[in-house]
Amino acid sequence: MKIIILGAGQVGRTAAYHLSREEANDVTVIDVNDEILRDLQDRLDIRTVLGNASSPRILEAAGIASTDILVALTNSDEVNMLACHIAWTLYRTPKKIARVRSADYTERDRLFGENALSVDVWISPEQLVTEYVARLIRYPGALQVVDFADGRVRLVGIRARQGGPLVGEALKTLRAHVPSADARVAAIYRAGKSVKPDGDTVIEDGDEVFFLAARDDIRTVMKELRREERPARRVVIAGGGNIGFRLASELEDKNQVKLIERDHRRARRVSELLNRTIVLHGDAADEELLVEENIDSTDVFAALTNSEEANILSAMLAKRLGARKVMALINKPSYAELIESGSIDVAISPQTVTIGSLLAHVRRGDVVRVHSLRRGAAEALEVVVHGDADSSKVIGRRIEDIVLPEGTTLGAVVRGEDVIIAHHDTTVQPDDHLILFLTDRRHIDAVEKLFQGSASFL
Amino acid sequence: MKDILLPVAHVFALVMMVFAATMLAPLVMAVWGLDPALSSFVISAVATFVLGALLWLATRRFKRELKTRDGLTLVALTWVALPAVAGFPLWHYLPINFTDAYFEAASGLTTTGGTVLSGLEFLPRSINLWRHLLSWLGGMGIIVLAVAILPMLGVGGMQIYRAEMPGPMKDSKLTPRIGQTAKLLWAVYAGLTATCIVCLKLTGMNWFDAVCHGFSALSLGGFSVYDASIGHFNSLAIEMVLTLFQILAALNFATHYLAWSQRGVTAYFRDAEAKAVLGVLVLSCIGVALFLFFKGTYPDFPTALRHATFNLVSIAVDGGLHTQDYSRWPIFAPMWMIFLSCIVASSGSTGGGIKMIRTLVLAKQAHREMNQLVHPNMVRPLKVGGTVIANRVVFAVLAFVFLYFMSIVTLIFLQLASGLDFMTSLSSILACINNAGPGLGLVGPGSNYGTLNNFQTWVCSAAMLLGRLEVFTILVLFTPTLWRK
Repeated sequence: MKIIILGAGQVGRTAAYHLSREEANDVTVIDVNDEILRDLQDRLDIRTVLGNASSPRILEAAGIASTDILVALTNSDEVNMLACHIAWTLYRTPKKIARVRSADYTERDRLFGENALSVDVWISPEQLVTEYVARLIRYPGALQVVDFADGRVRLVGIRARQGGPLVGEALKTLRAHVPSADARVAAIYRAGKSVKPDGDTVIEDGDEVFFLAARDDIRTVMKELRREERPARRVVIAGGGNIGFRLASELEDKNQVKLIERDHRRARRVSELLNRTIVLHGDAADEELLVEENIDSTDVFAALTNSEEANILSAMLAKRLGARKVMALINKPSYAELIESGSIDVAISPQTVTIGSLLAHVRRGDVVRVHSLRRGAAEALEVVVHGDADSSKVIGRRIEDIVLPEGTTLGAVVRGEDVIIAHHDTTVQPDDHLILFLTDRRHIDAVEKLFQGSASFL
Repeated sequence: MKDILLPVAHVFALVMMVFAATMLAPLVMAVWGLDPALSSFVISAVATFVLGALLWLATRRFKRELKTRDGLTLVALTWVALPAVAGFPLWHYLPINFTDAYFEAASGLTTTGGTVLSGLEFLPRSINLWRHLLSWLGGMGIIVLAVAILPMLGVGGMQIYRAEMPGPMKDSKLTPRIGQTAKLLWAVYAGLTATCIVCLKLTGMNWFDAVCHGFSALSLGGFSVYDASIGHFNSLAIEMVLTLFQILAALNFATHYLAWSQRGVTAYFRDAEAKAVLGVLVLSCIGVALFLFFKGTYPDFPTALRHATFNLVSIAVDGGLHTQDYSRWPIFAPMWMIFLSCIVASSGSTGGGIKMIRTLVLAKQAHREMNQLVHPNMVRPLKVGGTVIANRVVFAVLAFVFLYFMSIVTLIFLQLASGLDFMTSLSSILACINNAGPGLGLVGPGSNYGTLNNFQTWVCSAAMLLGRLEVFTILVLFTPTLWRK
């Protein structure tokens, strides 16, 4: 697929990296900073064009006329929306994705569409990250929680700990442990390596387990893997930027939220917009401030400022001062690896959260949702199967008869409103949503082929 | 040093195996023509493949993603080592020593076209095909070919591509994927070659001669299957076809691709480099023809124009085919031709020398300096053909020209020290480093490089490799930082 990415900021660069490492994609990046572009070109097999992202001349130089997807990820919402509109008006680009941060725009649905701004999909990384963090706080103990089928099915990553009834037992006993709930273990990572989960696999202390379950069953299953933690009530957020503010407003009704912001004017502004949150003006790495605000009885400390170094340090400090669980927003994937093995419980990588929503659009076949996991090494996707028993390689077959590529697990089937956790005798029907887990995203090609159906019938 | 060489050797082994496959062409030729060089090619092809396979197996555990410095090392290693492999069948079959075989193969691969062999028309056809095929492969670049057909080179491919493609600005790709760009360039190259071969056949060559000279023309190699080169045919039509295609080969292949994809010639008019190349060539042809006519070398102007055009264009674009022994012309004419060989070919073409774009950049820079003297506060970016050239590029060009000049001076002194006369020393080094082919004096079009002794031949081989890889890629091997961890 021919893809143009506008803007080589953090999200743009990550998108270029993820998209270009798939053989089928031809990626061109446009930016105004030639040094960043040169560096990018040295490291990735892509083309770069220097210039203003919304200029038709520059877009033409980047080959917009034959482009399949335009992804506008510059810093400016306005440039992104304009670029998409230009691409559609002048060049009829089939798919246009824009990053739109301001809720002012995104709240108004009529703004985007046929006779309005031609943006097919808007993504707001801040919004995505906020939702992601909110889910993590809702499920204490989880490393990663992602939604499928509008949240009816969730994939949860969790570190198994001694004390969970299922730890030390074979997977096939799951049913006996939780008769009321149904779940499917999609992948197990032991010391960073993937272990193929089957009925006889024994879960060990320290394993990273990914399981799929209906939303209401998640807590029940999590209890089996580690001792239940009491739900988070007291939350401290460091950084009153876009993400911190949104998170506070989402949590403040059910939780006791404190928000620490360094800039006085910003703190003032945030406090005006929030109702129940206690906004504190000060430095999140100030030990006295943290102690004074009872950090030792805090359930979750989330460091969400712009500076990842400050996030790491303040999160470590909060942990030492007694916060039960600490999270830090980290951009560099290498840092994320580093700190999750240390004293910080969860590293939140905004790019990994965002990239999934982009990947869903470049996948062949009807892919509704993609989540990038384990820093891009693994992937979970929701695919809709179309056709009939003749044209499709999966429809009308039992799951045990479907030959899946290596490292791929079929975890759940969503049929209309029902969530069916996949068992060997489940039969796939047309228009089912299948949820797949790939421990190695390099097999994505084979997966796409499997679900595309044979071309002659399309 | 080991950490750099072994992973590179792993990829080089692949290149060797691909290269072994190219030996099948002369091998088939030898089977078909029942010629006596068959056994040499069989031995060479098998030996190359087996050596490559063994090296590949032996270095398998050092396999890793190539980094920038690996790209440089790989290209340099390939170009230094391949002439030895490619020269093997020549050394095995012909009564020449290893030095001469290496020179001949290097001359082919670097598209120089100087030869140590005489009695070319009496060589087996397979040997001649092999010489010309080497030129043709080396023209667009062996590594670029490898990038095109071996997908695994991926990101490292860009580094390699940069180390091999001539020209100062190599960041512009035709397509987002480097592998695709390489494929397109090869496709354009192969397409033009095929057209040239057909044209040569139509103008009276037999198929074998047409193929060989088509390879020579598009790669700007300069090898011929006759001692008298194109003079053997004495045909105006053939000369015109070859002149045209040699000029095409001296233009940027990216421009050819653009022109072809837009189905029009506007791309050439937008390419400042192409315009300069054509301008210089037209003026020089007319000037030299007038000079030869007034000096009385040729009795009438049309004859003077015909010979001046073919020989001047061929040398200026670093081809090396010839119809006349131009070393007997009054000295102004051949010296001017050799001077042109330093600057005329475009970047991204198959020619050598410092390339027209660098000449333009330097000329504009000199002009800017002079203007700056008159208007000390003037702000003026350096533009070529309407595009602003970054200062970084200007500095790189300056450094390149300095190194190029110093290499020439050093190598000429080596030739002089070995006892060669001045004219032969100067012209052999210039002709080799520019990949032009024949020089003047002892190595002129009337004779060949076979008269040089071993030492002098090695100096010429070094000059050819330096010129083909634009000095930096070879010299960087001698910088200690490359080998440091």
